[in-house]
This record gives sequence, structure tokens and C-alpha cells, in this order.
Amino acid sequence: MNKLWALKKSIWVYHVCSGSCNNCDIEILDCLTPKFDLERFGILLVGSVRHADVILATGSITRKALPRIKRVYEQMPKPKLVIAVGGCACSGGIFKNGYNIVGPYDKIIPVTAYIPGCPPKPEAIIDGVVKVINSL
Amino acid sequence: MNRKTIIPIGPYHPLLEEPEFFELEVEGEKVIDIDVHIGYNHRSIEKIAESKTFDQMVFLVERICGICSTSHPIANCNAVEDLVGIEIPERARYIRSIVGELERIHSHLLWAGLAGHFIGYNTLWMWVWKYREPILEIFEAVTGNRNHYAMMIPGGVRRDIKEEDIPVVLKGMDEAERKIEMVTKAVLDDPVLAARLKGVGVLSREDAINYCAVGPTARASGIPIDVRRDEPYAAYGLVNWEIIIREEGDVFAKVVVRLLECFESIKIIRQCLKRLRTVKGEIAAKVKEIPPGEGIGRHEAPRGEVFHYVKSDGSNRPVRLKVRAPTYVNLPTCKATVPGESIADAAIILAAIDPCYCCTERIVTINKRTGKRELNGQDLLRLSRKKTEKICKNMGKRNV
Ligand code: SF4
Repeated sequence: MNKLWALKKSIWVYHVCSGSCNNCDIEILDCLTPKFDLERFGILLVGSVRHADVILATGSITRKALPRIKRVYEQMPKPKLVIAVGGCACSGGIFKNGYNIVGPYDKIIPVTAYIPGCPPKPEAIIDGVVKVINSL
Repeated sequence: MNRKTIIPIGPYHPLLEEPEFFELEVEGEKVIDIDVHIGYNHRSIEKIAESKTFDQMVFLVERICGICSTSHPIANCNAVEDLVGIEIPERARYIRSIVGELERIHSHLLWAGLAGHFIGYNTLWMWVWKYREPILEIFEAVTGNRNHYAMMIPGGVRRDIKEEDIPVVLKGMDEAERKIEMVTKAVLDDPVLAARLKGVGVLSREDAINYCAVGPTARASGIPIDVRRDEPYAAYGLVNWEIIIREEGDVFAKVVVRLLECFESIKIIRQCLKRLRTVKGEIAAKVKEIPPGEGIGRHEAPRGEVFHYVKSDGSNRPVRLKVRAPTYVNLPTCKATVPGESIADAAIILAAIDPCYCCTERIVTINKRTGKRELNGQDLLRLSRKKTEKICKNMGKRNV
């Protein structure tokens, strides 16, 4: 048992997006709405990264967003868990070769888990988060 | 003494849609000016398109936006077909319209939910998004994916709607119609919503014309423009439907236009499905060679007209792709609608054009006088919700 066990009960997620097509973002929101209802597991989407245990990151980082992403990561309390959601966040996806793209995320910040898909289904996102919780 | 305060909203959004950056100049409670900065989500799509073949380009433009994820492909295919000069088979026309209209329903519902969220009606948000889910399920059944359907291809569509899928869609439509009717009635009858949204952020007819507004934003100001009718493509010229117009131009009118448009979409889908039963044949015309030249394509996306321009030099890759999305022209209308309103109303007025908004989480207020004063997106939402609560209280109603 390590000290991360405290996270297991109820993790709070913060959602960062940069240079996505915002479909992944909608699917993340979808997880919160009645059909999937993440909150019953104690997973809550919070408005500030300072309250968050996990960052759900979408999109392939754009040049303009880069300093913001770094800052968000710095502001996050430890342990810093980052889950890359969607093909863009995992590998740069279809935008990989764009001149304005500096991502994917694991080039910039450490990433804990990857959820591929374009966009991943809400079930996949929930599954990914649960796997991260179980691995703690 | 300079009492002006600048409130930047943005740049990028944690909640939804593309990042944008608004700067509100306020005096006390009142907004006196607004400025918009865009370009925070620039992914260099037009440049990347030059490295793709015409077939691949469709998948790329599909990923411009996750909400109108079939609008850009339709406009793009229209452009390529215009360039090549081919007609698409009739069956493909109906399928295109069905996918396009299903998307309009899901997009309008999504927006209605978010609008509710902005004014502190989270019940409406959860409610509407619950009813949006079955539409996504239909998408999954028909196209294979919940979003990013990958249905379009220059010359037609990639996947047929099978005979056995038609009853599924029809049943889904019946259900959706019932639910949307319920939501519409609830919204129209709600005194709090009326007090909160009526007469707020009025965009006059003249302003709408001067700012070249498109889509529901223009139609709520009494301008009957709609590419589907003005320049019919796909199956829109072959079915009966009406343009929804409201004269008031306020936020409430925009809500009404969007909700009523859902019913027209359902009407179109039903007619198209009926024809699909009789119209058989190919679903895509063969595009053999793309000649040098230029083509333009338009499509009425949920937010307004999407415009694509494609230039070819005769090879299998485009030389240039130019995209004009509806929000790009709708956004400046906030210059006419927001000044003069209170800060608490700014969020919903900006949201009313259904832009890629939702960036409220990163708002920081800077007071010119003291140099500093923090008010972030949460505060703006709070202000907005407080106002709703106050109205509720005055009416003796409990907020939801
Ligand atoms: S992975 Fe696909 S759906 Fe997700 S942001 Fe990227 S392009 Fe959009």
C-alpha cells in the first residue's frame, strides 16, 4: 500500500484542452451527464487545477497554449496524474505535422495513462480513469 | 479618475469548444465595450490539408470541429464536386441530408444544455443532454461512431443506411420529438427564463445585416437566410420544410429558433427516410480525376453557413483549402449586443451565438485604477447564476 491510496475514494479531475477538435472534450462532459454519471463514483470535474488530482488532457498542444499547459501542470498538487484522452493527446493525431503543433502531451509533461480513440467513447474514458485508480 | 475595468475572458476554454479570448471593458456593472481575440486553437489545418489527398482531406476537415463534425465534410465535398463538376447519386443526397439534420438536432440540444448551465439552470443542462444521448446512439447505429461519422466522400457517401436501420431511426425520431417538445414547452413557459433572457442582448435587423450574421443568429433577428433553401444541395431541395424566423433578436429568440429548428430537422429526416425506401442505387459517384481549377462548397451548419474553397492543380492533392466557419462572422455581432448590458448577462449573450465559447473559466479582471482586481470565469458564472436566483426569489419561485 503506498501513499496514493487516499486518492482511491474520490478523485477530482480537471480538464485541459489545447488544439483539439473539442469532440474529446464533449465526450468528457458526456461522462458527467445522466447516462454515464461519473459522479456516482465520486469523480468530480473541478474548475481549478489546484483542487484536482488528475488532469484529463485533450488535443495536440498548440504553440500559443504551451506556456499555459506548463503552468497548469506546475500549479497542480502532488501526486500529479495526467491522463491523455484521445488520439490527439496520445500521439498528435491527425494534426501531428502542423506547423503550430508542439505536442503531444508526453513531450511536455509526464503522462500517466493514455486513452486512444477519436474520440474515445465515454465508456473508454471511464474505463481508463478506473484503471488508473486501480493501479494506484 | 479612470473607473474603467477590463475583464478578459479566455483564452482557452476548459469546458467546451474552441478557445477564444474576449476582453470586456466595464464601468461598474455595465459593459461598455468588448473586444475579441481569436487564434488560440490554431492547428494549421489549411496547411495540413495541402499534404493530404482529396479523399483524406475530408477526414481532416471533419476534425475542425467536433460538434459540426459533418458540416465541414459536406461543405468540403460540395467544393470538390463543384471543382470536378459531378452530380452525386440521389440516394447519397438523402443520406447526406439525414446525417446533416441529425447533427443539427444534437448540436442544438447540446447548446440548449450549455445555455442552461450558463445561467445556473443545471437541471436543464442534465435534462437536455440526457435527451441528446439517444441521437448519438442513432449515429452509432447508422454510421458506426458517436461523433466523427466519416460518412462523406467526394461523389457521395461512404456508408449506406440499410433497410433494417430505417425503423430504428424513425423510432428514435418519434422519441426525440416527444422529448424536445417537452423541453420546448418547459422553456417557453418558464417565467424565470423569460425574465432572464427576453430583451437581453438584442441584435437588431440592421446590425445583423451589417455584421453579416448567419445561421440562427441572423434568423432570430428576422433575416430569412439559410443555405439549404437559398442554394439547395443534398436533398434539401427535394423535401418540404420551413425556415424558422423570429423578429425580436434577443437571446430568448435565439433559443426559440434553435429549439423549433429541431422539429424541422425531424421533419426532413422523416421524409428522407421515406424516400430511401424507394430510391435505390449507387451511394457514391466515381471521381476519376480531379482537374485543375477551383471549387466552392457551402453547407448550413447548426451555427450558420460554412464555406469551403478548394483549388487544385490537377494532382491528387489540393493546392489550397480555405475554410470560413460561421462563428467567425457571428462573433463580431457581440460588439453590437454586449455593450450596454450588465456583466452578469455578458456570459449568456456571448453564449447565445453558440460560438466556440465556454472559455469563462480563465477570466481575470484587471482594474485599470488599482491595477489589479481578480474576477475569474467562476465569478462570472456565479454572477450570472446569482441574477437568476434573484429573479426567482422576486417571483417567489425556488431555483432549481
Ligand atoms: S482525438 Fe479526435 S476527437 Fe479527440 S480532439 Fe483529436 S481529433 Fe478531436
